[in-house]
Amino acid sequence: MYQYNDFDRDFLAERNAQFRAQVERRIDGSLTEDEFKPLRLMNGLYLQLHAYMLRVAIPYGTLNGGQMRQLAMIADRWDKGYGHFTTRQNIQYNWPELRDVPDMLDALGEVGMHAIQTSGNTIRNVTADHFAGAAADEIEDPRPTAELLRQWSTDHPEFQFLPRKFKIAVTGSPNDRAVTKAHDIGLRMVRNDAGEPGFEVIIGGGLGRTPMVGKVLREFLPKADLLPYCEAIVSVYNLLGRRDNKYKARIKITVHENGLETIHDLVEERFALLRPQFKGVDQEMLAGIEAQFAAPEFTTASVAPFKDAYHHDPVFRSWVDTNITKHRNDDYAIVSISLKSQGQTPGDATSEQMRVMAELAEEFAHNELRISHEQNVILPHVHKSNLPAIHAKLKENGLATANIGLISDIIACPGMDYCALATARSIPVAQQIATRFHELKLEHEIGELKIKISGCINACGHHHVGHIGILGLDRAGVENYQITLGGDGSETATIGERAGPGFAYDEIVPAVERLIYAYLDLREGEDETFLQTYRRLGLAPFKSALYPEAKANAA
Amino acid sequence: MSKPFTPKVVTANALLEGDVVYLDATGEWARDLQDADVLEDQASAELKLLEAEARSHEAVGVYLADVVLKDSYIETTHFRETFRAKGPSNYAHGKQVELK
Repeated sequence: MYQYNDFDRDFLAERNAQFRAQVERRIDGSLTEDEFKPLRLMNGLYLQLHAYMLRVAIPYGTLNGGQMRQLAMIADRWDKGYGHFTTRQNIQYNWPELRDVPDMLDALGEVGMHAIQTSGNTIRNVTADHFAGAAADEIEDPRPTAELLRQWSTDHPEFQFLPRKFKIAVTGSPNDRAVTKAHDIGLRMVRNDAGEPGFEVIIGGGLGRTPMVGKVLREFLPKADLLPYCEAIVSVYNLLGRRDNKYKARIKITVHENGLETIHDLVEERFALLRPQFKGVDQEMLAGIEAQFAAPEFTTASVAPFKDAYHHDPVFRSWVDTNITKHRNDDYAIVSISLKSQGQTPGDATSEQMRVMAELAEEFAHNELRISHEQNVILPHVHKSNLPAIHAKLKENGLATANIGLISDIIACPGMDYCALATARSIPVAQQIATRFHELKLEHEIGELKIKISGCINACGHHHVGHIGILGLDRAGVENYQITLGGDGSETATIGERAGPGFAYDEIVPAVERLIYAYLDLREGEDETFLQTYRRLGLAPFKSALYPEAKANAA
Repeated sequence: MSKPFTPKVVTANALLEGDVVYLDATGEWARDLQDADVLEDQASAELKLLEAEARSHEAVGVYLADVVLKDSYIETTHFRETFRAKGPSNYAHGKQVELK
């Protein structure tokens, strides 16, 4: 993975020193809050409901054992001994004190991490497929591209004051695990007729108050054109994007209002100007970055211990069947570590759990970890012979929950338990749904099902692309939850359909339960997933399950 | 007839800790809602708010929050303020443990 060079280290040290001085000036009264706020936000520091919150970028979700240990150290030393992994491959600390934040940033800098551009109207942390470099279906590892974009976008002078925030996601696989169609720019690696790899460029996707599926701007962009083309898109948006209305400022609205063709023409025109200015330095840098992302040296060993444990240990077998994904090397596996133990806060890990995961990565997984947008941790390269030992260690530490992709593997934003923008809680709803279906012992029978919960219309919990989406709102001073159905965040991205009136806090779990029982009745066999059943039958039967009174009244 | 006035407290987040604070009757920032000065009329609420806003070196994001007094116990009227006064519901963190 990418190692910081002197330039990166010097840049970060200088930036952290500047922020330290800004914090001092805020505390001694030289800076007002209005002056300080944009400065702290540029460095990932928010003020939430109960405390400050520091959002740290984990670029394209990749980190090594040493970095994970440092995240654990920071959690112990300056927070309450845990961290929250988010849907944007960041980690958030919920309880830092203002005076300590410069030290936290220095500690991050020691391991090549930062919190720059995790807020503000800038290009945010570039996200990527969490199985990058390991997935069996991959054309190429998308992370060198993501790192190139990170370097290009960090402190890019033209793009520090965009009309609104700007999110880029990259995937190297046809199976889209990075939700590229819900990003301002989504890059999907494809091959052209000559077999060369390049990108399908998607723009104008996004969730939030006006959810939209991204549109294809270019079907095939040669790899070498990536930076000038992205720069053309962002610079067209920078001039054309609306600044008069925050809710109409994202590029999805710019595309919607001006039309894809107009945007396409403007981008191509700008690209024609910019392309000659890129004289190949970016490609030299990319080559250097690619070398750092070379695949690990895969070991060859017998997979017999794995087969033996799989045969004899039903708990291990269940975990393997649920949490393991096919690796491009047949003797290897991709391990998803669930941070969704039923009843726990989705995406939270204690410092001790972080250290355990760091240790497992170092000992058994070529020192690599990933954070998924689904708020889980991945060991991307594990020789199958090591799976029993990994499972045993995870089990000791409450990390062996076998529920990846199941009903309790819920995405949930922090909601009103922490977030100043939230209109309702999301965490307790997730906890209760997960606990309920665990008690019913139905999880595995239900099979693949993605529930995603947001505590406000900004949709950090991706509810629009949940098979079942839940949106928490404030209705006349009371928490109220709207359900959307049939959303999909994959390559067949779809915005979910609103099912009807919302439910009160104590009605939402029974409502989800009714939905699930309806699905179990309606499906054509165990292989038909919730989403497939929904697509076959549409909203009507699910709606009558959700609102039995309405049906009775109509009859 | 104008609407009856809902009593208010001045609240904000402390600059250094980010913790929720309330203005008490002595003009200090209190950590416990029960120590807050309950303002019973519009004029004094607006005045206290202005005074508090001028103290941005101590507290951030000052505003007036609605409360009701029940037997001299201060209750919040909106669930957001209930969480601010207590802490998050997923862990025993924040005021629910710190004030004990």
